[in-house]
Amino acid sequence: MSRLSSMKNVLVSLILLVGMNAHAEDLLMVRSPHSFPEAMLALQSAIDGHGYTLSRVQRVDIGLTGSGFVTDKYRVVFFGKIDEIRTLTTRYPQLIPYLPLHMTIFAEDEETLVVMEDPARLAQVVTDPEAAAQFRRWHNDALSIFDELRQE
Amino acid sequence: MAFRLLVTLLLLLISSASFAAPDGARLYSLHCAVCHGSAGHGGVGVPIALPTFLSTVSDDFLFNTIRSGRPGRVMPPFSDLSDAQVRAIVAHLRSWVPAAPPAVSHGGERVKGNAAHGKQLFAHYCAACHGANGEGGHGTGVTFSRPRELPVMPPALNNSGFLHAASDSMIKQTLMKGREGTPMVSFLAQGLKERDINDIVAYVRSFETTPIVWKPKEDEPPVLEAVSPYSVEETVENVKRAIVGKNFVVIRVQSLENGFVPEAEENHHQVIIYFCNFGFINQALSLDPRIGLFMPCRVTVVEQNGVVKVMSINPKYQSRLFNNEELDRPCDEITEMYRGILEEATI
Repeated sequence: MSRLSSMKNVLVSLILLVGMNAHAEDLLMVRSPHSFPEAMLALQSAIDGHGYTLSRVQRVDIGLTGSGFVTDKYRVVFFGKIDEIRTLTTRYPQLIPYLPLHMTIFAEDEETLVVMEDPARLAQVVTDPEAAAQFRRWHNDALSIFDELRQE
Repeated sequence: MAFRLLVTLLLLLISSASFAAPDGARLYSLHCAVCHGSAGHGGVGVPIALPTFLSTVSDDFLFNTIRSGRPGRVMPPFSDLSDAQVRAIVAHLRSWVPAAPPAVSHGGERVKGNAAHGKQLFAHYCAACHGANGEGGHGTGVTFSRPRELPVMPPALNNSGFLHAASDSMIKQTLMKGREGTPMVSFLAQGLKERDINDIVAYVRSFETTPIVWKPKEDEPPVLEAVSPYSVEETVENVKRAIVGKNFVVIRVQSLENGFVPEAEENHHQVIIYFCNFGFINQALSLDPRIGLFMPCRVTVVEQNGVVKVMSINPKYQSRLFNNEELDRPCDEITEMYRGILEEATI
Protein backbone atom coordinates (compact mmCIF):
# COMPACT_ATOMS: atom_id res chain seq x y z
CA MET A 1 0.00 0.00 0.00
CA SER A 2 1.44 3.38 -0.92
CA ARG A 3 2.18 6.03 1.64
CA LEU A 4 -0.42 8.33 0.04
CA SER A 5 -3.04 5.61 0.26
CA SER A 6 -2.33 4.90 3.92
CA MET A 7 -2.44 8.64 4.62
CA LYS A 8 -5.88 8.80 3.00
CA ASN A 9 -7.06 5.87 5.08
CA VAL A 10 -5.87 7.54 8.27
CA LEU A 11 -7.65 10.75 7.33
CA VAL A 12 -10.93 9.05 6.38
CA SER A 13 -10.93 6.93 9.54
CA LEU A 14 -10.33 9.96 11.73
CA ILE A 15 -13.00 12.05 10.05
CA LEU A 16 -15.53 9.21 10.30
CA LEU A 17 -14.62 8.63 13.94
CA VAL A 18 -15.05 12.27 14.87
CA GLY A 19 -18.27 12.57 12.86
CA MET A 20 -19.83 9.47 14.36
CA ASN A 21 -18.99 10.50 17.89
CA ALA A 22 -20.49 13.91 17.41
CA HIS A 23 -23.85 12.74 16.07
CA ALA A 24 -24.95 9.39 17.37
CA GLU A 25 -28.67 10.09 17.61
CA ASP A 26 -31.10 8.36 15.27
CA LEU A 27 -33.39 11.36 15.21
CA LEU A 28 -31.74 14.45 13.79
CA MET A 29 -33.23 17.67 15.09
CA VAL A 30 -32.36 21.32 14.83
CA ARG A 31 -33.80 24.55 16.18
CA SER A 32 -33.80 27.53 13.85
CA PRO A 33 -33.82 30.89 15.63
CA HIS A 34 -36.10 32.19 12.89
CA SER A 35 -39.87 32.22 12.60
CA PHE A 36 -41.53 29.60 10.45
CA PRO A 37 -41.72 31.48 7.11
CA GLU A 38 -38.04 32.46 7.24
CA ALA A 39 -36.95 29.01 8.41
CA MET A 40 -38.98 27.38 5.64
CA LEU A 41 -37.27 29.55 3.05
CA ALA A 42 -33.89 28.79 4.58
CA LEU A 43 -34.63 25.06 4.52
CA GLN A 44 -35.67 25.15 0.87
CA SER A 45 -32.57 27.15 0.01
CA ALA A 46 -30.28 24.79 1.95
CA ILE A 47 -31.80 21.72 0.30
CA ASP A 48 -31.32 23.32 -3.09
CA GLY A 49 -27.81 24.45 -2.17
CA HIS A 50 -26.83 20.86 -1.45
CA GLY A 51 -27.90 19.78 -4.92
CA TYR A 52 -31.21 18.18 -3.99
CA THR A 53 -34.56 18.70 -5.67
CA LEU A 54 -37.47 19.59 -3.43
CA SER A 55 -40.23 17.40 -4.83
CA ARG A 56 -43.17 18.31 -2.64
CA VAL A 57 -44.32 20.03 0.54
CA GLN A 58 -47.13 18.41 2.51
CA ARG A 59 -49.04 21.10 4.40
CA VAL A 60 -50.22 19.11 7.39
CA ASP A 61 -51.38 22.24 9.21
CA ILE A 62 -53.72 23.19 6.37
CA GLY A 63 -55.37 19.78 6.50
CA LEU A 64 -55.69 19.94 10.28
CA THR A 65 -57.22 23.41 10.39
CA GLY A 66 -59.49 22.47 7.50
CA SER A 67 -60.79 19.65 9.67
CA GLY A 68 -61.42 21.97 12.60
CA PHE A 69 -58.28 21.33 14.65
CA VAL A 70 -56.07 24.06 16.07
CA THR A 71 -52.42 23.84 15.12
CA ASP A 72 -49.35 25.91 14.48
CA LYS A 73 -47.49 25.78 11.15
CA TYR A 74 -46.53 22.19 10.34
CA ARG A 75 -45.16 20.88 7.05
CA VAL A 76 -43.36 17.84 5.68
CA VAL A 77 -40.74 18.57 3.01
CA PHE A 78 -39.79 15.82 0.53
CA PHE A 79 -36.55 15.98 -1.42
CA GLY A 80 -33.90 13.90 -3.14
CA LYS A 81 -31.66 13.40 -6.13
CA ILE A 82 -33.35 11.43 -8.88
CA ASP A 83 -30.21 9.57 -9.97
CA GLU A 84 -29.53 8.36 -6.45
CA ILE A 85 -33.16 7.38 -5.92
CA ARG A 86 -33.26 5.43 -9.19
CA THR A 87 -29.99 3.64 -8.57
CA LEU A 88 -30.87 2.62 -5.04
CA THR A 89 -34.51 1.64 -5.59
CA THR A 90 -33.66 -0.44 -8.64
CA ARG A 91 -31.37 -2.55 -6.51
CA TYR A 92 -33.30 -2.26 -3.28
CA PRO A 93 -37.03 -1.61 -3.76
CA GLN A 94 -37.54 -2.13 -0.04
CA LEU A 95 -36.11 1.38 0.42
CA ILE A 96 -39.04 2.98 -1.41
CA PRO A 97 -41.27 3.29 1.71
CA TYR A 98 -38.53 5.52 3.18
CA LEU A 99 -38.05 7.68 0.07
CA PRO A 100 -37.94 10.46 -1.00
CA LEU A 101 -35.98 11.79 1.96
CA HIS A 102 -38.11 14.06 4.08
CA MET A 103 -37.93 16.50 6.95
CA THR A 104 -40.69 17.71 9.23
CA ILE A 105 -40.68 21.42 9.94
CA PHE A 106 -42.91 23.06 12.53
CA ALA A 107 -43.26 26.34 14.33
CA GLU A 108 -42.53 26.72 18.00
CA ASP A 109 -43.48 30.22 19.04
CA GLU A 110 -41.06 32.55 17.25
CA GLU A 111 -38.63 29.76 16.44
CA THR A 112 -38.83 26.70 14.23
CA LEU A 113 -37.91 23.05 14.65
CA VAL A 114 -36.83 20.68 11.89
CA VAL A 115 -36.74 16.93 12.44
CA MET A 116 -35.45 14.11 10.26
CA GLU A 117 -34.83 10.42 10.74
CA ASP A 118 -31.10 9.86 10.35
CA PRO A 119 -30.62 8.56 6.78
CA ALA A 120 -27.68 6.51 8.06
CA ARG A 121 -30.30 4.39 9.81
CA LEU A 122 -31.35 3.05 6.39
CA ALA A 123 -28.36 0.76 6.72
CA GLN A 124 -30.68 -1.33 8.88
CA VAL A 125 -32.99 -1.76 5.86
CA VAL A 126 -30.24 -2.56 3.37
CA THR A 127 -26.96 -4.09 4.49
CA ASP A 128 -24.77 -3.20 1.53
CA PRO A 129 -21.54 -1.24 2.10
CA GLU A 130 -22.04 0.73 -1.11
CA ALA A 131 -25.55 1.72 -0.08
CA ALA A 132 -24.30 2.47 3.43
CA ALA A 133 -21.81 4.94 1.95
CA GLN A 134 -24.70 6.67 0.18
CA PHE A 135 -26.71 6.78 3.41
CA ARG A 136 -23.68 8.29 5.16
CA ARG A 137 -23.46 10.99 2.48
CA TRP A 138 -27.14 11.80 3.05
CA HIS A 139 -26.46 11.89 6.77
CA ASN A 140 -23.61 14.36 6.29
CA ASP A 141 -25.70 16.51 3.96
CA ALA A 142 -28.54 16.56 6.48
CA LEU A 143 -26.16 17.72 9.21
CA SER A 144 -24.76 20.37 6.89
CA ILE A 145 -28.29 21.58 6.08
CA PHE A 146 -29.07 21.64 9.80
CA ASP A 147 -25.93 23.67 10.47
CA GLU A 148 -27.18 26.28 8.02
CA LEU A 149 -30.58 26.36 9.70
CA ARG A 150 -29.00 26.80 13.12
CA GLN A 151 -27.35 30.07 12.07
CA GLU A 152 -28.71 33.39 13.28
CA MET B 1 8.53 13.95 5.57
CA ALA B 2 5.28 15.52 4.44
CA PHE B 3 3.42 12.46 5.68
CA ARG B 4 5.01 12.70 9.15
CA LEU B 5 4.24 16.39 9.32
CA LEU B 6 0.61 15.79 8.39
CA VAL B 7 0.19 13.01 10.95
CA THR B 8 1.80 15.20 13.64
CA LEU B 9 -0.53 18.06 12.79
CA LEU B 10 -3.51 15.73 12.87
CA LEU B 11 -2.53 14.32 16.25
CA LEU B 12 -2.08 17.83 17.61
CA LEU B 13 -5.48 18.80 16.26
CA ILE B 14 -7.15 15.77 17.80
CA SER B 15 -5.42 16.13 21.16
CA SER B 16 -6.33 19.80 21.37
CA ALA B 17 -9.94 19.00 20.53
CA SER B 18 -10.05 16.16 23.04
CA PHE B 19 -8.38 17.85 25.98
CA ALA B 20 -9.57 21.45 25.66
CA ALA B 21 -12.21 22.34 28.23
CA PRO B 22 -15.60 21.55 26.70
CA ASP B 23 -17.71 24.54 25.78
CA GLY B 24 -20.96 24.04 27.73
CA ALA B 25 -22.90 26.68 25.81
CA ARG B 26 -21.95 25.14 22.49
CA LEU B 27 -22.75 21.63 23.70
CA TYR B 28 -26.09 22.81 25.05
CA SER B 29 -26.85 24.47 21.72
CA LEU B 30 -25.91 21.31 19.83
CA HIS B 31 -27.60 18.68 21.97
CA CYS B 32 -30.21 20.29 24.21
CA ALA B 33 -31.54 23.56 22.76
CA VAL B 34 -33.60 21.89 20.07
CA CYS B 35 -35.94 20.42 22.70
CA HIS B 36 -35.48 22.64 25.75
CA GLY B 37 -35.20 25.95 23.89
CA SER B 38 -32.21 28.21 23.32
CA ALA B 39 -32.68 29.78 26.73
CA GLY B 40 -34.10 26.72 28.47
CA HIS B 41 -37.71 27.86 28.33
CA GLY B 42 -38.96 24.54 27.02
CA GLY B 43 -40.44 23.23 23.82
CA VAL B 44 -40.61 19.58 22.92
CA GLY B 45 -38.74 19.19 26.20
CA VAL B 46 -39.70 20.64 29.54
CA PRO B 47 -38.45 24.08 30.61
CA ILE B 48 -35.34 23.94 32.75
CA ALA B 49 -34.43 27.61 33.18
CA LEU B 50 -36.71 27.91 36.20
CA PRO B 51 -34.98 29.46 39.23
CA THR B 52 -36.95 27.25 41.59
CA PHE B 53 -35.85 24.20 39.66
CA LEU B 54 -32.18 24.98 39.20
CA SER B 55 -31.77 26.16 42.78
CA THR B 56 -33.24 22.99 44.25
CA VAL B 57 -31.56 20.27 42.25
CA SER B 58 -28.01 19.08 42.63
CA ASP B 59 -25.36 18.88 39.95
CA ASP B 60 -25.55 15.12 40.36
CA PHE B 61 -29.25 15.18 39.48
CA LEU B 62 -28.58 17.18 36.32
CA PHE B 63 -25.56 15.07 35.42
CA ASN B 64 -27.40 11.77 35.85
CA THR B 65 -30.44 13.08 34.00
CA ILE B 66 -28.34 14.02 30.99
CA ARG B 67 -26.37 10.81 31.17
CA SER B 68 -29.27 8.36 31.69
CA GLY B 69 -32.23 10.27 30.25
CA ARG B 70 -35.76 9.16 31.01
CA PRO B 71 -36.51 5.85 29.28
CA GLY B 72 -39.78 6.14 27.40
CA ARG B 73 -40.31 9.79 28.40
CA VAL B 74 -38.79 11.67 25.42
CA MET B 75 -35.53 12.70 27.14
CA PRO B 76 -32.86 10.44 25.59
CA PRO B 77 -29.69 9.29 27.33
CA PHE B 78 -26.59 11.14 26.14
CA SER B 79 -24.23 8.27 26.61
CA ASP B 80 -21.85 9.46 23.89
CA LEU B 81 -20.90 12.62 25.76
CA SER B 82 -17.85 12.47 28.01
CA ASP B 83 -18.18 13.21 31.72
CA ALA B 84 -16.38 16.51 31.13
CA GLN B 85 -18.85 17.45 28.41
CA VAL B 86 -21.86 16.64 30.60
CA ARG B 87 -20.35 18.65 33.46
CA ALA B 88 -19.81 21.55 31.05
CA ILE B 89 -23.49 21.45 30.10
CA VAL B 90 -24.46 21.42 33.79
CA ALA B 91 -22.22 24.45 34.36
CA HIS B 92 -23.94 26.20 31.47
CA LEU B 93 -27.36 25.50 33.00
CA ARG B 94 -26.11 26.97 36.26
CA SER B 95 -25.09 30.17 34.48
CA TRP B 96 -28.75 30.92 33.78
CA VAL B 97 -29.56 31.57 37.40
CA PRO B 98 -26.39 33.11 38.83
CA ALA B 99 -28.31 34.97 41.52
CA ALA B 100 -29.88 31.80 42.86
CA PRO B 101 -28.45 30.14 45.95
CA PRO B 102 -25.71 27.60 45.30
CA ALA B 103 -27.05 24.28 44.16
CA VAL B 104 -28.04 22.22 47.13
CA SER B 105 -26.04 19.14 47.83
CA HIS B 106 -28.20 16.10 48.14
CA GLY B 107 -26.65 13.24 49.96
CA GLY B 108 -27.36 9.63 49.24
CA GLU B 109 -28.99 8.99 52.59
CA ARG B 110 -32.50 7.59 52.48
CA VAL B 111 -35.45 9.38 54.00
CA LYS B 112 -37.20 7.05 56.44
CA GLY B 113 -40.96 6.92 56.26
CA ASN B 114 -44.05 4.74 56.14
CA ALA B 115 -44.48 3.84 52.46
CA ALA B 116 -47.93 2.35 53.03
CA HIS B 117 -49.17 5.63 54.47
CA GLY B 118 -47.26 7.46 51.76
CA LYS B 119 -49.20 5.50 49.16
CA GLN B 120 -52.49 6.79 50.56
CA LEU B 121 -51.21 10.36 50.61
CA PHE B 122 -49.81 9.99 47.08
CA ALA B 123 -53.22 8.87 45.79
CA HIS B 124 -54.83 11.92 47.40
CA TYR B 125 -52.27 14.65 46.69
CA CYS B 126 -50.02 13.54 43.83
CA ALA B 127 -51.78 11.08 41.55
CA ALA B 128 -53.91 13.68 39.77
CA CYS B 129 -50.79 15.12 38.14
CA HIS B 130 -48.17 12.36 38.41
CA GLY B 131 -50.51 9.47 37.63
CA ALA B 132 -51.98 6.77 39.84
CA ASN B 133 -48.79 4.72 39.62
CA GLY B 134 -46.36 7.59 39.24
CA GLU B 135 -46.34 7.23 35.47
CA GLY B 136 -46.36 11.00 34.93
CA GLY B 137 -48.42 13.40 32.85
CA HIS B 138 -49.17 13.19 29.15
CA GLY B 139 -47.58 14.78 26.12
CA THR B 140 -44.19 16.36 25.77
CA GLY B 141 -43.04 19.82 26.83
CA VAL B 142 -44.89 22.99 25.94
CA THR B 143 -45.24 22.47 22.20
CA PHE B 144 -48.53 21.60 20.57
CA SER B 145 -49.61 19.22 23.23
CA ARG B 146 -49.25 21.59 26.14
CA PRO B 147 -51.07 24.82 26.86
CA ARG B 148 -48.28 27.35 27.28
CA GLU B 149 -49.70 28.62 30.55
CA LEU B 150 -49.08 25.15 32.03
CA PRO B 151 -45.49 24.72 30.99
CA VAL B 152 -44.38 21.61 32.79
CA MET B 153 -45.29 18.03 32.07
CA PRO B 154 -45.55 16.32 35.47
CA PRO B 155 -42.59 13.96 35.55
CA ALA B 156 -42.90 10.20 35.75
CA LEU B 157 -41.76 9.36 39.26
CA ASN B 158 -41.59 5.62 38.68
CA ASN B 159 -39.20 6.11 35.77
CA SER B 160 -35.87 4.37 36.26
CA GLY B 161 -34.03 7.47 35.00
CA PHE B 162 -35.74 9.72 37.52
CA LEU B 163 -35.24 7.31 40.40
CA HIS B 164 -31.58 7.01 39.50
CA ALA B 165 -31.05 10.77 39.28
CA ALA B 166 -33.17 12.05 42.17
CA SER B 167 -32.08 11.66 45.76
CA ASP B 168 -34.59 11.27 48.58
CA SER B 169 -33.66 14.66 49.94
CA MET B 170 -34.32 16.30 46.59
CA ILE B 171 -37.76 14.71 46.35
CA LYS B 172 -38.47 15.75 49.94
CA GLN B 173 -37.37 19.31 49.37
CA THR B 174 -39.52 19.57 46.24
CA LEU B 175 -42.53 18.32 48.17
CA MET B 176 -41.89 20.72 51.01
CA LYS B 177 -41.16 23.84 48.99
CA GLY B 178 -42.89 23.20 45.69
CA ARG B 179 -41.68 24.74 42.45
CA GLU B 180 -42.71 28.30 41.84
CA GLY B 181 -43.73 28.85 38.23
CA THR B 182 -45.05 25.30 37.91
CA PRO B 183 -48.19 23.55 39.14
CA MET B 184 -46.09 21.85 41.84
CA VAL B 185 -47.11 23.42 45.13
CA SER B 186 -45.60 23.23 48.60
CA PHE B 187 -47.30 20.44 50.48
CA LEU B 188 -46.29 21.94 53.78
CA ALA B 189 -48.43 24.89 52.73
CA GLN B 190 -51.17 22.42 51.84
CA GLY B 191 -51.24 21.23 55.44
CA LEU B 192 -49.06 18.12 55.35
CA LYS B 193 -46.55 17.55 58.13
CA GLU B 194 -42.91 16.71 57.54
CA ARG B 195 -43.48 13.10 58.57
CA ASP B 196 -46.26 12.83 55.94
CA ILE B 197 -43.83 14.08 53.34
CA ASN B 198 -41.28 11.53 54.50
CA ASP B 199 -43.93 8.86 53.98
CA ILE B 200 -44.56 10.05 50.42
CA VAL B 201 -40.83 10.05 49.70
CA ALA B 202 -40.62 6.49 51.02
CA TYR B 203 -43.50 5.49 48.75
CA VAL B 204 -41.92 7.14 45.68
CA ARG B 205 -38.65 5.40 46.47
CA SER B 206 -40.52 2.10 46.67
CA PHE B 207 -41.18 2.42 42.93
CA GLU B 208 -37.63 1.16 42.53
CA THR B 209 -38.87 -2.33 43.36
CA THR B 210 -41.50 -2.22 40.60
CA PRO B 211 -40.43 0.39 38.05
CA ILE B 212 -42.34 0.65 34.84
CA VAL B 213 -39.82 -0.71 32.37
CA TRP B 214 -39.96 0.62 28.84
CA LYS B 215 -37.79 -0.73 26.09
CA PRO B 216 -37.99 0.04 22.39
CA LYS B 217 -39.16 -2.84 20.26
CA GLU B 218 -36.06 -4.57 18.94
CA ASP B 219 -37.42 -7.39 16.82
CA GLU B 220 -39.61 -5.51 14.36
CA PRO B 221 -38.69 -5.46 10.66
CA PRO B 222 -38.23 -1.96 9.19
CA VAL B 223 -40.50 -2.68 6.22
CA LEU B 224 -43.89 -4.39 5.95
CA GLU B 225 -44.53 -6.05 2.61
CA ALA B 226 -46.83 -8.42 0.78
CA VAL B 227 -46.76 -9.87 -2.72
CA SER B 228 -49.78 -9.00 -4.84
CA PRO B 229 -51.22 -11.39 -7.45
CA TYR B 230 -52.68 -8.39 -9.29
CA SER B 231 -51.29 -5.79 -11.69
CA VAL B 232 -49.94 -2.49 -10.36
CA GLU B 233 -53.11 -0.65 -11.40
CA GLU B 234 -55.40 -3.25 -9.82
CA THR B 235 -53.33 -3.35 -6.66
CA VAL B 236 -53.41 0.44 -6.33
CA GLU B 237 -57.22 0.35 -6.59
CA ASN B 238 -57.32 -2.44 -3.99
CA VAL B 239 -55.13 -0.39 -1.65
CA LYS B 240 -57.38 2.67 -2.05
CA ARG B 241 -60.46 0.61 -1.25
CA ALA B 242 -58.79 -0.88 1.81
CA ILE B 243 -57.74 2.60 3.02
CA VAL B 244 -61.27 3.97 2.73
CA GLY B 245 -62.54 0.90 4.52
CA LYS B 246 -60.39 1.86 7.48
CA ASN B 247 -61.90 5.35 7.70
CA PHE B 248 -58.88 7.07 6.22
CA VAL B 249 -58.96 9.46 3.27
CA VAL B 250 -56.79 9.00 0.19
CA ILE B 251 -55.16 12.38 -0.39
CA ARG B 252 -52.75 11.69 -3.23
CA VAL B 253 -51.58 8.96 -5.59
CA GLN B 254 -48.26 9.59 -7.33
CA SER B 255 -45.13 7.89 -8.57
CA LEU B 256 -42.01 7.92 -6.42
CA GLU B 257 -40.36 10.13 -9.03
CA ASN B 258 -43.14 12.72 -9.10
CA GLY B 259 -41.70 16.19 -8.66
CA PHE B 260 -38.23 15.10 -9.77
CA VAL B 261 -38.74 14.57 -13.49
CA PRO B 262 -41.40 15.49 -16.06
CA GLU B 263 -44.47 13.28 -15.73
CA ALA B 264 -43.78 11.49 -19.01
CA GLU B 265 -40.41 10.31 -17.65
CA GLU B 266 -41.71 9.04 -14.32
CA ASN B 267 -41.47 5.36 -13.46
CA HIS B 268 -45.10 4.37 -13.02
CA HIS B 269 -44.16 0.99 -11.60
CA GLN B 270 -43.37 2.69 -8.27
CA VAL B 271 -46.62 4.15 -6.96
CA ILE B 272 -47.17 5.85 -3.61
CA ILE B 273 -50.65 6.18 -2.14
CA TYR B 274 -50.77 8.90 0.54
CA PHE B 275 -53.68 8.93 2.97
CA CYS B 276 -54.62 10.27 6.35
CA ASN B 277 -57.19 10.71 9.08
CA PHE B 278 -56.84 14.20 10.54
CA GLY B 279 -58.43 13.20 13.85
CA PHE B 280 -55.76 10.56 14.25
CA ILE B 281 -53.00 12.97 13.21
CA ASN B 282 -54.20 15.54 15.72
CA GLN B 283 -54.23 12.93 18.46
CA ALA B 284 -50.73 11.71 17.57
CA LEU B 285 -49.31 15.24 17.41
CA SER B 286 -50.71 15.94 20.85
CA LEU B 287 -48.56 13.09 22.14
CA ASP B 288 -45.39 14.12 20.35
CA PRO B 289 -45.01 16.83 17.68
CA ARG B 290 -42.13 14.97 16.06
CA ILE B 291 -44.43 12.17 14.95
CA GLY B 292 -45.06 14.08 11.71
CA LEU B 293 -42.12 12.16 10.27
CA PHE B 294 -44.64 9.39 9.61
CA MET B 295 -47.10 11.72 7.91
CA PRO B 296 -49.01 11.42 5.79
CA CYS B 297 -49.56 7.68 5.98
CA ARG B 298 -48.41 5.98 2.81
CA VAL B 299 -48.42 2.61 1.11
CA THR B 300 -46.21 1.86 -1.88
CA VAL B 301 -46.99 -0.45 -4.79
CA VAL B 302 -43.93 -1.58 -6.72
CA GLU B 303 -43.51 -3.82 -9.73
CA GLN B 304 -40.08 -5.26 -10.37
CA ASN B 305 -39.16 -8.22 -12.53
CA GLY B 306 -42.83 -9.01 -12.99
CA VAL B 307 -43.54 -9.21 -9.26
CA VAL B 308 -45.90 -6.69 -7.68
CA LYS B 309 -45.31 -5.89 -4.03
CA VAL B 310 -47.16 -3.69 -1.56
CA MET B 311 -44.95 -2.11 1.08
CA SER B 312 -44.98 0.35 3.94
CA ILE B 313 -42.77 1.49 6.75
CA ASN B 314 -43.27 -0.31 10.03
CA PRO B 315 -44.33 2.25 12.66
CA LYS B 316 -43.55 -0.23 15.44
CA TYR B 317 -39.95 -0.29 14.22
CA GLN B 318 -39.92 3.48 13.83
CA SER B 319 -41.39 4.23 17.25
CA ARG B 320 -38.04 3.65 18.97
CA LEU B 321 -36.79 6.88 17.39
CA PHE B 322 -38.79 9.00 19.79
CA ASN B 323 -38.12 7.44 23.20
CA ASN B 324 -41.77 8.11 23.95
CA GLU B 325 -43.77 5.33 25.53
CA GLU B 326 -47.01 7.15 24.76
CA LEU B 327 -46.43 6.62 21.06
CA ASP B 328 -46.38 2.86 21.41
CA ARG B 329 -50.14 2.44 21.25
CA PRO B 330 -50.78 4.65 18.19
CA CYS B 331 -47.75 3.10 16.46
CA ASP B 332 -49.13 -0.35 17.17
CA GLU B 333 -52.51 0.73 15.81
CA ILE B 334 -51.02 2.18 12.62
CA THR B 335 -48.90 -0.91 12.12
CA GLU B 336 -51.95 -3.13 12.38
CA MET B 337 -53.78 -0.84 9.98
CA TYR B 338 -50.93 -1.11 7.47
CA ARG B 339 -50.89 -4.89 7.83
CA GLY B 340 -54.66 -4.93 7.25
CA ILE B 341 -54.37 -2.79 4.12
CA LEU B 342 -51.55 -4.94 2.74
CA GLU B 343 -53.55 -8.08 3.37
CA GLU B 344 -56.80 -6.76 1.92
CA ALA B 345 -55.08 -5.35 -1.16
CA THR B 346 -53.31 -8.59 -2.01
CA ILE B 347 -55.78 -11.26 -0.95
